[in-house]
Amino acid sequence: MRNRRLASIALLLFSALMVLLMSSLPALAHHGNAAFDTSKHITIKGTVVDWLWANPHCVLTLDVKDDKGRVVRWAAEANIPSDMVKRGWKKTSFNPGDVVAVTMVPAKNDRPAGRIEQVVLADGETLTTGVPPNSPTENKAY
Amino acid sequence: MRCRFVVGVFFGIAALSAFPISIAWTVRAQSQRPAQQSVAPAPHKDMSGIWVPQGVSPIGFSDKHPAFTPLGEKMFRANKPGRGITEVPVADTNDPLDSCDPEGFPRNEIFEFRAIQVTQAPDRMLFAYQYQKVWRAIFTDGRELPKDPDASWYGYSVGKWVDDFTLVVQTVGLDDRTWIDNSGLPHSEDLHVEERFHRVDYNTIEFTLMIDDPKIYTQKWTILDKLKMHLDNKLEIPEMICVPTEMEQYKKRMAAPAAGEEKR
Repeated sequence: MRNRRLASIALLLFSALMVLLMSSLPALAHHGNAAFDTSKHITIKGTVVDWLWANPHCVLTLDVKDDKGRVVRWAAEANIPSDMVKRGWKKTSFNPGDVVAVTMVPAKNDRPAGRIEQVVLADGETLTTGVPPNSPTENKAY
Repeated sequence: MRCRFVVGVFFGIAALSAFPISIAWTVRAQSQRPAQQSVAPAPHKDMSGIWVPQGVSPIGFSDKHPAFTPLGEKMFRANKPGRGITEVPVADTNDPLDSCDPEGFPRNEIFEFRAIQVTQAPDRMLFAYQYQKVWRAIFTDGRELPKDPDASWYGYSVGKWVDDFTLVVQTVGLDDRTWIDNSGLPHSEDLHVEERFHRVDYNTIEFTLMIDDPKIYTQKWTILDKLKMHLDNKLEIPEMICVPTEMEQYKKRMAAPAAGEEKR
C-alpha cells in the first residue's frame, strides 16, 4: 500500500516535471520559427557586415570563411531593441569589420542562419540574448 | 524492494532534471519580478497602474480551439501563418502582422502581451499597451454594447465591476481582418470577447480571456485562463512598434535567407 502511494507520488512529480518542460518553450517570432534546430548550438567566427537594430528582430550579418576558404554570409537574429538594451546591447554594438564569435541555434535546413545566444567581441566583451534553448519564454523581457 | 528502487529512481531523475530548470526559472523570475511590496490586500474597484503579464506562448492555439463551423474552417484555411498546424514558409505567409497591419484585439493580449498601463476615469478606463503603442477605451458608465457596431481594429468595449475586485469587459465590433493568434485562427465581425480581470491582491491580477464567435467556432472557449499579471509601477514602458520599413529590412536580411528563399 505504502509502495503504491510512493509510486503515485513519483508519477505525479514526473508528470509535473514534463508539463514544466513542455511549457518552457523559447519565444519565437509570430512570422515563423524559421525552423531553428533548438537541439543544436554552433559557434562561428567571422567579420561583421551589417548590424540591423530594428523590429521585429535585430539581425547581425557576418562573413565567415568555411573550411574550404570560401566566404559564406551568415545572418543571425536576436530580439527587439527594447529587450536587448536591458542586456547591454546597443545600436552601436557592432561595426562593419568587427571580428566576432557568434554562438547560435542554427536553422534546421542547413542555411547559414540562426538565432543568437551570445556574441563575443574581439576585446572579449560578451553579449548574451538570455535565451538558451528550452528556457522559459523571454516574451516578457521588457 | 524492487518497487522501492524504481520509485527511488523516479524521484532521482525528477529531482536532478528539475534542478537546472528551477534555478533558471527562479533567476529569471527574480530578475524580472518588480521589487516586492508587502502583499497588501487589493483595493476596491481599482486596477490602475502598470501591469506586466507573465507571458503567453507565441505558438498559438491551432490545436486547442473548439470545432470550426464550415465558415470557420474556410477562413482558417485561407490564413497562412508562420506558426501552428498550418504553418507555411516565411515567404508564403499572409499574416497581417508581417505587413505591420494593426495587431488588433484580442490578438494583442495573446501575442506580445507585454506591459499595459491602466488609467481610471469616472466614466472609462484607458488601457495603454506597450506593443504597438496602442490604447483601448473601456467604458464603465453603465452603457450597453452597441447593437450594430462599426468594425474597428480594437473594437468597442464596456466594463463592469462584478464585485470589488473583478472587472469584466465585453468587446464587440472587431474587424475580421485581424487574427485571433499567431496560428491563423480567424474570427468574424460577430466576435464577442470577454475579459475578466480579478485582482487577487495588491500586486496580482488573474486575467481570463474568452472567445464567443458562433459564426466561426461551435462553442465559446477560454483562450487564456487566469494568466498572472504583476504590478510594476516603476516600469518605464519601452517603445515597441512594428515599422514597415524595418520589417522589410528584416525579411531581406534574415527571414527569407533562413528559409532558403532569398532568390524568390
